[in-house]
Amino acid sequence: MTVATIVQAVTMGLRQELARDRNVIVLGEDVGVNGGVFRATDGLQKEFGSNRVIDTPLAELGIVGASIGLAVNGMKPVAEIQFSGFMYSAFDQLLSHAARIRMRSRGRYTCPLVVRAPYGGGIKALELHCESGESLFSHIPGLKMVIPSNPYDTKGLLASAIRDPDPVIFYEPMRIYRAIKQDIPEEGYTVPIGKANVVQEGDDLTLIAWGAMLKTCQDAIQKLNNKYSVELIDLRTINPYDAETVTASVKKTGRCVIAHEAMKTCGFAAELIASINEKALLSLHAPVARVTSPDVPFPLAKLENYFLPDVNRIIKGIEKVMSF
Amino acid sequence: MPKKVLKEFRVEYLQVLDEKGSCDETLMPKLSNDEIKKLYEMLVLIRVFDQKAFNMQRQGRLGTYIQFKGQEACQVGSAFALNDDDFIFPMYRNSGLLIARKHPMVQVLQYWNGDERGLKSPPNVNNFPISIPVGTQEIHAVGAAWAAKLRNTRQVAATYFGDGATSKGDFHEAMNFAGVFQIPVVFVCENNQYAISVPRKKQTHSETIAQKAIAYGFEGIQVDGMDIFAVYKAMKDAVEKARSGNGPTLIECFTYRLCDHSTSDDASKYRPKEEADEWAKKDSIERLEKYMRKKALLDDAYKENVLIKSKDIVEKAVTEFEKLPLPDPKDIFKYVFAEMTPQQKEEMEEMFGN
Repeated sequence: MTVATIVQAVTMGLRQELARDRNVIVLGEDVGVNGGVFRATDGLQKEFGSNRVIDTPLAELGIVGASIGLAVNGMKPVAEIQFSGFMYSAFDQLLSHAARIRMRSRGRYTCPLVVRAPYGGGIKALELHCESGESLFSHIPGLKMVIPSNPYDTKGLLASAIRDPDPVIFYEPMRIYRAIKQDIPEEGYTVPIGKANVVQEGDDLTLIAWGAMLKTCQDAIQKLNNKYSVELIDLRTINPYDAETVTASVKKTGRCVIAHEAMKTCGFAAELIASINEKALLSLHAPVARVTSPDVPFPLAKLENYFLPDVNRIIKGIEKVMSF
Repeated sequence: MPKKVLKEFRVEYLQVLDEKGSCDETLMPKLSNDEIKKLYEMLVLIRVFDQKAFNMQRQGRLGTYIQFKGQEACQVGSAFALNDDDFIFPMYRNSGLLIARKHPMVQVLQYWNGDERGLKSPPNVNNFPISIPVGTQEIHAVGAAWAAKLRNTRQVAATYFGDGATSKGDFHEAMNFAGVFQIPVVFVCENNQYAISVPRKKQTHSETIAQKAIAYGFEGIQVDGMDIFAVYKAMKDAVEKARSGNGPTLIECFTYRLCDHSTSDDASKYRPKEEADEWAKKDSIERLEKYMRKKALLDDAYKENVLIKSKDIVEKAVTEFEKLPLPDPKDIFKYVFAEMTPQQKEEMEEMFGN
């Protein structure tokens, strides 16, 4: 076991897979000599060489597009996009191509690539450095969307993403890159894609979150100081999401709050609520509440704290559902 | 301080066989008589196919179809320079290329009739599914060729696109990556002078498309795209260069679409008839026939025989195509992921029952 932060767990996961499979390569802007602007690839080029940990030109479409071709011809590219907000210039490549290659070629070609990107706000960064676009990518059949919330899951989910036979978008919660330390195994392991994690069991209410919002939810639960018995679910995979775990929990508690950093309208909470309505409506004692950012573009640093859901807003959401 | 000239560039144009069928023997690529006949037979076969597919669309027997008449030499000449396990990343105007690359004609028809099974590459060749978006596929060729380089498979990738595609950012990012990493890829631009209705001059202020390679640090050449020997020679040189580790090449095939953009288009609305008539005189098949006649490789009987044989092959493919069973509706779920998601399983059950 070793103590690691989320960003260190990313490095460990990449190292594990680079060592395990020689077709795995890491590519992106500043990932080589510099070890990534967040140090997520620190030391990897030195260890595995510049043919496997590759500094690319500054071109997101090129990075993702080339990764598609690399994946089609036998490689397992892990592309880093420096901030998730820069991924949009590669959106067409992901939607029109990566997601459809298996289907269009009737399985003759596949596209096992991973696109990693730090996502989310709360670090007083510049414009378009704080995006939470998980819903955008989850609306594309053929792409998987994974978001870890702690070091253990980060390493295990990243390994699963790299071994997955299909394209995976891997969002890393930038705000808590170094905020959580956890003992994690040094040896290889995986955490399965598509399985949510019941972080703590409870009977009164189901609270669902992912990524950096998980920690905010834990802080809210702590502040509530056992006022309610809350079941906390870390969704971990946004697409394909684990409806089974969510449904079972909501059937048990009868109440649900979903918290995410992304904007409200068409945010992923909407999909989860629709699924809960389809599968557990008659178990509900109250409408499911959403605690999300408002429908505005992510504000600059001075106002970002008003935009992001915080402990108080999550407690307010819980109270609303409990007092219905 | 006087200004210094840092670098000077030039752009070459290659023609081996002119419109009259005269050949510059010093430039002639090495081709046996049998190989020349093979090239000719393939040109005729894909032209017969193209016309048949167009007719079938008009008769309601085929969906929207993209003709390639006029561009046969670009597609056949370049295909002949590739190995089967090399990759092609084609565009929608490349049905001829696919056929020249051993893609069964039945499957080509199947695709244009709205059945995705037609895109599946036969097992012994690497024909990537054609790209419907314009110019997004060049970067995939770069990636696939890069993988070949990293895995030392000695494969080359060729990607095909039109003059319009060179206006897109994707093209430039692909060219840049190819140059930076010295990737074994060949960019084949079939410059047919129009992107639907917009003439080449409105796509770029560059005098040639070939010269765009210079900015990315590798060679670009313009060839007579209706001269199959020129296309073959440029492609052969580029493929050998790529395979021996000397990086990418851009080949601009200067040609003309002797047809509409698609079966939903009417080119007479934006192209003067005289212009199309002039280009028709340069046609690749006619000039090759003139050359072959001079070399005693072709006489009337052989020409007639090739045409009859081609029609026969196409008719047989059409018969087979029209007998194909419909795809299984459940197939829409089958190839999205390696394993269906729980959501997809539910949806499938809802649509089709258990």
